Amino acid sequence: MIRELTCIGCPMGCSLTVEVENGEAVSVSGNTCKIGENYAKSEISAPTRVVTTTVISRQGIPVPVKTAGNVPKEKIFEVVSLIKNAKLSLPVRLGDVILPDVAGTGVDVKATKTVG
Amino acid sequence: MYDVVIVGAGVIGCAVARELSKYQLSVCVVERESDVCEGTSKANSAIIHAGFDCVPGTLKAKLNVRGSKLLPELSKLLDFEFKNNGAFVLCFDKEQIGGLEELCERGKANGVDGVRVISGDEARAMEPALTDDVVAALYAPTSGIVCPFGMTIALAENAVKNGVEFRLSTEVKGIKKTDGSFTVLTEKGELEARIVINAAGVYADKIHSMVSNEKLSIIPRRGEYMLLDKDAGCLVSHTIFQQPTKMGKGILVTPTVHGNLLLGPTADDIEDKEDTATTRQGLDKVRQMAGLSVKGIPFNKTITGFAGLRAVGDTHDFIIGECKDCKGFIDVAGIESPGLSSAPAIGEYVAEIVGSIITLEKKETFYAVRKGITRMAELNPEEKNRMIARDPAYGTIVCRCEGITEGEIKEAVERPLGATTLDGVKRRTRAGMGRCQAGFCSPKTMAVIAEKLGIGIGDVKKNGCYESEVGEDA
Amino acid sequence: MREFELVIIGGGPAGMAAAIAAKENGIDDIVILERDTQLGGILNQCIHNGFGLHTFKEELTGPEYAERYAAKVYELGIHFELGAMVMDISKDKEITVISRTHGAETIRAKAIVLAMGCRERPRGALGIPGFRPQGVYTAGTAQKLVNCEGVIPGKEVVILGSGDIGLIMARRMTLEGAKVKAVVELAPYSSGLKRNIVQCLDDYGIPLMLSHTVVDIKGKRKLEGVFVAAVDEKNRPIEGTEEYFPCDTLLLSCGLIPENELSRSAGVELSPLTNGPTVDESLETSIEGVFACGNVLHVHDLVDFVSEEASRAGKNAADYIKGKPASPGVPLDVKPGNGVRYTVPSRLYTESADDGVHIRFRVTGVFKGASIVVSSGDNELLRRKGRIFVPSEMLDVVVKKENLELASGEIEVRIEEASV
Repeated sequence: MIRELTCIGCPMGCSLTVEVENGEAVSVSGNTCKIGENYAKSEISAPTRVVTTTVISRQGIPVPVKTAGNVPKEKIFEVVSLIKNAKLSLPVRLGDVILPDVAGTGVDVKATKTVG
Repeated sequence: MYDVVIVGAGVIGCAVARELSKYQLSVCVVERESDVCEGTSKANSAIIHAGFDCVPGTLKAKLNVRGSKLLPELSKLLDFEFKNNGAFVLCFDKEQIGGLEELCERGKANGVDGVRVISGDEARAMEPALTDDVVAALYAPTSGIVCPFGMTIALAENAVKNGVEFRLSTEVKGIKKTDGSFTVLTEKGELEARIVINAAGVYADKIHSMVSNEKLSIIPRRGEYMLLDKDAGCLVSHTIFQQPTKMGKGILVTPTVHGNLLLGPTADDIEDKEDTATTRQGLDKVRQMAGLSVKGIPFNKTITGFAGLRAVGDTHDFIIGECKDCKGFIDVAGIESPGLSSAPAIGEYVAEIVGSIITLEKKETFYAVRKGITRMAELNPEEKNRMIARDPAYGTIVCRCEGITEGEIKEAVERPLGATTLDGVKRRTRAGMGRCQAGFCSPKTMAVIAEKLGIGIGDVKKNGCYESEVGEDA
Repeated sequence: MREFELVIIGGGPAGMAAAIAAKENGIDDIVILERDTQLGGILNQCIHNGFGLHTFKEELTGPEYAERYAAKVYELGIHFELGAMVMDISKDKEITVISRTHGAETIRAKAIVLAMGCRERPRGALGIPGFRPQGVYTAGTAQKLVNCEGVIPGKEVVILGSGDIGLIMARRMTLEGAKVKAVVELAPYSSGLKRNIVQCLDDYGIPLMLSHTVVDIKGKRKLEGVFVAAVDEKNRPIEGTEEYFPCDTLLLSCGLIPENELSRSAGVELSPLTNGPTVDESLETSIEGVFACGNVLHVHDLVDFVSEEASRAGKNAADYIKGKPASPGVPLDVKPGNGVRYTVPSRLYTESADDGVHIRFRVTGVFKGASIVVSSGDNELLRRKGRIFVPSEMLDVVVKKENLELASGEIEVRIEEASV
């Protein structure tokens, strides 16, 4: 299978063509440097993202949160949905764990701002 | 039973209401929108015309000249912004100077003070930004500019103070004439009235036809405008018209009372009475035509464009009078330019007509004075501190472009006929009318409105009624 | 009348960094005047991550980045006033300010740091015809509503402009359950970062329509939809290419404008290229003792660069207050040459320059395999080859003191394109 990606390593934004077998990149072309190759490999085998969103506190004030590490890309919507349903009361301190081990990813969701 | 029901809360309906509130009458204004000043009154040139333009002997001529003479005093009584800045009508073609002379004679015949024709150089000496193509100009020193929202809201609030009732978000669905009185059918029930006054703007024909078989047609004539930043407002100090030619009435360039620069309007007769959209062609025309009058207009300082509909009748004059086939029904229709200028005089004139139908007796107490919303930016430091000491909300700037405080916005929503939408607050306080066009202040203004109305911030609307929304969702 | 040695206008990332640097350079009598109810400025609504890689070597969200600086402000005991809106600055450094706590007052300053940030270009400035219904917001206003008020403006969204805020909001609205139908960009390239295009658009299958614009807005009271059309090379809509997108929300991410009303009131000279003050290498404006930094000076894409620049402004303001003599001689003009839109600074004193002088600028288009050249007359002061230069990324070069000594007359910054 062939996958087309855009490298985000630098503003060049090389268009990468990746040959994929069994969920692994076997060859990468279109890149200008090693960054593109590495990016393509991780993006194909295990694409991950840090997710940021807000939780509306019981007081009605939104509290910004993030996953404390990368989570699998395909779990983004599940993670967001779980975060949305989290309950919290003010005050909240930056770094407080809002939701441990979100969606079985092993990653905690933490407040990114001290509110209240 | 009301003595008078007025249909329409534009500047005309409000001026009539305020005038009638001097008498011992029960008066009710019905308006389909959620606020006063929602139609033609909110989107026009904001000019108080001197009156040289109207054909002598017409109602327009009479009421314009009278209206413009009443305006300065009225603006002080009711605390709305008016400035007598004078106007030019520019002539770009030596062959056409005769036309200017005619206009000047017309002005004199109408009783306009001080009109005279001057040379292009004289005009440029008074207004240096005029282009070199100007060969002559009519100068009209009594021309003025006004805040049309300020004026309409002031008239309405003063009418309320003097006992007039306003029913907003109430559309008139029909009118039934019964013996000696009317039943006005609205979406929120029926109103009984001895006299009905039709001040429905572009819909005056529709309201008229509910009771009359006489023909009355109103065509919406769309005018598009561009509003420029206050940085550009000092480019000219007078209102600059172009001489009407075969090509049309031309485009004006004027400062506004708030110091912005206003360009427009175009003039397109359209069919849809709701079509207040601007068009690429229209805005292009405004740009191109305005550039003929004034040099160096910084179009990149445009902060917004808008369009308004003028209610154009088929008689070339205002249509004001009791309907021949329906006694007690008074049309105030076809109020195109100079309608804003004429409004106070139209109020008087309509009161006379009402007086010819029923006996008018002056009230013992009429409150002629109305105090507007505090304008913090215009106060000196001591006055500001007095306000802030009274309510700290006057120490919180919400709209940074126009320097409007939370206190002023609270006033806007708490007054009688208070604002319920972002646009309503904007028209009353100017919050959101500046160069960032409400980018920064919207969330905070929404919070103030939400608290007053007891709704969520997300439910606050930019415009329109809250009830109809419920209906839509249901 | 209250007096302070240093008044900092704005408590966002620029203001906080300037205050911290001034304090660390020996100035105690400082006040930060912040109009909002908290320090941090626009970072408070930028809840996404990607901040701080240069400064802290880790990826932070906007509020986290802000809180690190705010913590430092508290720790150093720097005085700040919230809800304090500066209304005017006079030529004599008298600052008119209004707040709940102090009312309307005038504050006198020995030195001022301008750090007011920027604002978004509104719809009117874009000249989009049509109705003016509810549902049209600048991307930043929508961001504030969503992230700070918990209000989601709509469910079906079109975004005009592919600036970073627009891209970030495309993802944000999607995560909040909205359908983002397209991001429409007038230019043939995006003005946002590559990373944001991939992670905010591609990740969610949101189409990016380059060389397109919104040509009409439908819906008198509430937005019903927009017409999008392709544009020609002069950015004029091409007739017949209109496509209708039903939507209840239109977000505008079409550029940022440094907010310099106060600078103007103070009589500070402004650059038509940046819309910010003209400054020398110490970030001093045309008025002695008035410094500028951050987005009020020129629009940045990375907050790390804002903090670094603001630290320099704060330190230089401290030096000024401590009586460092004025720079000797006449400054050399720094001019943008081929491919360069503007430079900051626009003038510099070579003798008083520190060891290295930062010159920051943006390019006018996309350049691949080209070189940045800083020269004065026949003397080349700096040359740096790069793989790619794009308008969306601010460039920063440091010219060494010994090279500056070769300069006379004026200094030019230009892009030398690769020979084909």
